[in-house]
Amino acid sequence: MSTTSVAHLFRVVVWGAAAGVAIAGGYLYLRTPSQSRFELPVRTAIGGPFTLTTVEGKPFSSEMLKGRPYALFFGFTNCPDVCPTTLLEMSNALTALGPDGDRLNVLFVTVDPEHDTAEHLKTYLSAFDQRIIGLTGSADVIASVARAYHVFYEKVPTSSGYTMNHTAAVFLMDRKGALAGTTSHEESETVQHDKLRRLLSR
Amino acid sequence: MTIPALGQEYSAGTVKITQLWTREVPPSSKVAGGYMTITNRGSEPDTLVGGSLVGAGGFEVHQMETVGGQMKMRELKPGLVINPGETIVLKPGASHAMFLDLKTPPKVGQVIFAKAGKVDVEYKVEPLGARAPTDRGPVSKSDTAHEHH
Repeated sequence: MSTTSVAHLFRVVVWGAAAGVAIAGGYLYLRTPSQSRFELPVRTAIGGPFTLTTVEGKPFSSEMLKGRPYALFFGFTNCPDVCPTTLLEMSNALTALGPDGDRLNVLFVTVDPEHDTAEHLKTYLSAFDQRIIGLTGSADVIASVARAYHVFYEKVPTSSGYTMNHTAAVFLMDRKGALAGTTSHEESETVQHDKLRRLLSR
Repeated sequence: MTIPALGQEYSAGTVKITQLWTREVPPSSKVAGGYMTITNRGSEPDTLVGGSLVGAGGFEVHQMETVGGQMKMRELKPGLVINPGETIVLKPGASHAMFLDLKTPPKVGQVIFAKAGKVDVEYKVEPLGARAPTDRGPVSKSDTAHEHH
């Protein structure tokens, strides 16, 4: 292919893409007069069925959550800040909720299944409220659950090991398994507890 | 001379280090964050390049931030630069020292600066999940300070 035709092809592709963006933008704009142009008009589904492994090495199916609301978040045990903080705050929340806390399932899913075996997770979670359900699984299963929750995670190599980037949100799921909202360690305990109380009353 | 109200103060070269703290870690967790306040009183920048901790296999300088709900962490190489006159607070959710391969709970160690060199330090160990050192006193979350009459 000559340089000229490459340049031509490049122009066609660029203008084609620009036109596509313009058409899509116009479509979104026209379709959602009441919303911001930058918001997606369709609410993306979060969550879905899964089968993971508990700290006892037993299968845990999302079917077991039916009829009860749950809070689910992702992390790993070699996490210095966000994960232990979130686990501690969820433990505090379960205590603050009193007997109602028993109606809320709190799930912690590892994004580092290679390292976080069931046994390892069990030891780690012994520092927190014993109602918190630790879940692991094969790398493929974890990846599919993370996809279902639109959760991002990646291993970051460092000079003496690795760390992980991951989505820090706690997903609040209602009794039907639909997303009711999110919270995170960045919110105050009062806000977190209010959100969990509201989730339980839905 | 001003004596810090609470906590140990360390000086080396043009660098002053105060409010060193860390947190208890859950069992089987091999990592912890090391937090401190570093002030550079000199006219040249200095860099926190690393350090060591008794009972830990590694010490790294990390940058952490939450972007769009994602916790992102990376190692700072060659380290954390403290410019002349600048004070940097290493704290949860921001830049921090990362202790790796912990064999015993964190407590004492060294921090190393490019110019100021090695400084022996001791960390105050706060409970799991603490957001700030307890000896800092109550942190006001409101701007409406009480008037004293």
